[in-house]
Amino acid sequence: MKYILIIGAGSDIARPLSYLYAKAGYGIYLASRNYEKLTRDANDLKIRYGIDAAAFLFDVTEATTHQSFYQSLPEKPFGVICLAGILGDQKKAEAEFAETKNIFDANFSGCVSIINIIANDLEQRREGFIVGVSSVAGERGRKSNYIYAAAKAGFTTYLSGLRNRLFSSHVQVLTVHPGFIRTKMIEGRNTPEMITATPETVAKDLFHAQQNGKDFIYSQWFWRYIMFAFTMIPESMVKKLDLK
Amino acid sequence: MKIKNWGNYPIVDAEMVSPSSVMEVKKAVCESNELIARGLGRSYGDSSLNQKIVSTLKLNHFLAFDEQSGLLTCEAGISLAEILDAFVPRGWFLPVTPGTKFVTIGGAIAADVHGKNHHVAGSFSTYVDTLKIIVSSGDIINCSRTVHPELFWATCGGMGLTGVIIEASFYLKPIETAYIRQRVIKTKNLAETFEAFENNKGWTYSVAWIDCLSKEDALGRSALILGEHALKDEIRYRYRNPLLIEKKFFIRAPFYFPDFILNTHTVKLFNELRYRTYRDHDTIVDYEPFFYPLDSIREWNKIYGKRGFTQYQFVLPRETSEEGLRKILQRISESGEGSFLAVLKLFGKQEGLLSFPKEGYTLALDFPITERTMKLFNELDALVQNFGGRLYLAKDVRMNKDVFSQGYENLKQFVDIKQHYDPANKFHSLQSKRIMG
Repeated sequence: MKYILIIGAGSDIARPLSYLYAKAGYGIYLASRNYEKLTRDANDLKIRYGIDAAAFLFDVTEATTHQSFYQSLPEKPFGVICLAGILGDQKKAEAEFAETKNIFDANFSGCVSIINIIANDLEQRREGFIVGVSSVAGERGRKSNYIYAAAKAGFTTYLSGLRNRLFSSHVQVLTVHPGFIRTKMIEGRNTPEMITATPETVAKDLFHAQQNGKDFIYSQWFWRYIMFAFTMIPESMVKKLDLK
Repeated sequence: MKIKNWGNYPIVDAEMVSPSSVMEVKKAVCESNELIARGLGRSYGDSSLNQKIVSTLKLNHFLAFDEQSGLLTCEAGISLAEILDAFVPRGWFLPVTPGTKFVTIGGAIAADVHGKNHHVAGSFSTYVDTLKIIVSSGDIINCSRTVHPELFWATCGGMGLTGVIIEASFYLKPIETAYIRQRVIKTKNLAETFEAFENNKGWTYSVAWIDCLSKEDALGRSALILGEHALKDEIRYRYRNPLLIEKKFFIRAPFYFPDFILNTHTVKLFNELRYRTYRDHDTIVDYEPFFYPLDSIREWNKIYGKRGFTQYQFVLPRETSEEGLRKILQRISESGEGSFLAVLKLFGKQEGLLSFPKEGYTLALDFPITERTMKLFNELDALVQNFGGRLYLAKDVRMNKDVFSQGYENLKQFVDIKQHYDPANKFHSLQSKRIMG
């Protein structure tokens, strides 16, 4: 049985995503801070699909623990999917660097730390895949969330470099840029109904893109055009638009 | 948040919370003065509607499965569809299933649903071993036939009025294939229909589609559909894996149909055509078209238009069934208010306090909600009462107190148990306010 490891498995995308991989016959490792929830999720997967699943306590921001975490996995995974990330508090981050660092760690440096370790292993084994869920927010800073966006931009760039490095080792690296998703992350915020995806849709897009060997996708597809239009506007004009 | 159930009537503006853990449910129960649990909203009327609703949809984990006995333990928000997807390929089936798979386990227990096998297998609660319920004090109580049996019996069929069901253990039944051996018997009138039911009691599954607009000699003409789980030897070699079925495409009703689309003439035509397409024959079909013919049209409730619709489902005791059904069908046929779908079924014996089934015949009829049909329902109520019958709470949206209390003879016992566990009457729905006051 091939295993996949889901980092940030407390995310709302994790469950529908794990169903798709379990249905395809993969074993599932779930890792995040919310161990109790993950144990229930892993148990559910075992009963639902008759596959092997396990939960692991893991904090993406504690980089020093990552090496020993990866060593402790019973089977080395064939693929890793990184869903970790927090939106953070932009206003607080502007005032206190601690919050900024927190956002950077959860969305960027922590993810890089664990993916570095797994990338080295996969490179040696010359197989497998790495999926990073970044964000359309990373394509252009806006005043309401540019610290989060900057971390995501860093993550996207990291993944594209990693893709180039691992190409010759037959390791697939997929970057996913989702738009709005109806998850805990944006609970209470008003997002346009028409273009807000369900976690199930994003999970499906991610799964199919990964299975088809893609490098980069938007979820949902129309974000490609929205972001194209948005990034075409010159900075000199964008700053006057007073975007939220 | 605007919320409505399957009948699209009534629409209420409610506050809905969706807890994802038992602790969050507990918190919601402790913090509210009144609430009602809701799953996938497949009850037709106002059974799971109130100002404050706690949705169980995020309580959707399987917790344990015993391969030997088939005992499955899961959270209340798991749907029958999820169970079928997971367990049919492994040779297990639902012991009892209603006509849609898009209901939750919590809902199936609260309405104590029945299926086409009620005459031999009983209702869903027959297969329930234990329940975990959060009662009004916030306490989590495990109950079964031996532990807190009074709470167990009041909760099965209790429409969520005793508390929030959070977990259940129940038995699945083993099957050899995912296919059904089906037989169709066409009858010319009501007497023949009854005879066909009585002659075929040995079949596990039986249900009749009845043409409710036929008159005089043809009154009650039907197609009786019988079924039995197909054994491995009975299905042809072309099914490589007997437990797998083909994935089907489904269509979705695209919008609310204008109200005039379903009228006496179109319904009459539809019933006539459907009656004519049935032929006496035996076939092998997979379980989806057999049990869930309407699930292939998602949101089919929109064909009744924005006015909404309801299902009038009653059961009459065996002794009065034939005479009672004849009178009721005559009344409907005279009124010209044809029902698009009319389903007749024989029930067997039934335990429980508020469970709907009782030995006799049940008829279910869909009607749009209009002033005329509301008047018709009141007339039908009188007939049902006369013949000692009762109406199904999960389908009801307009029954009055009197019809309810006369139909359900164990009501007093139920109310006493509810009082004990919920003295402040925290759990109630728009329906319970209407029929229990």
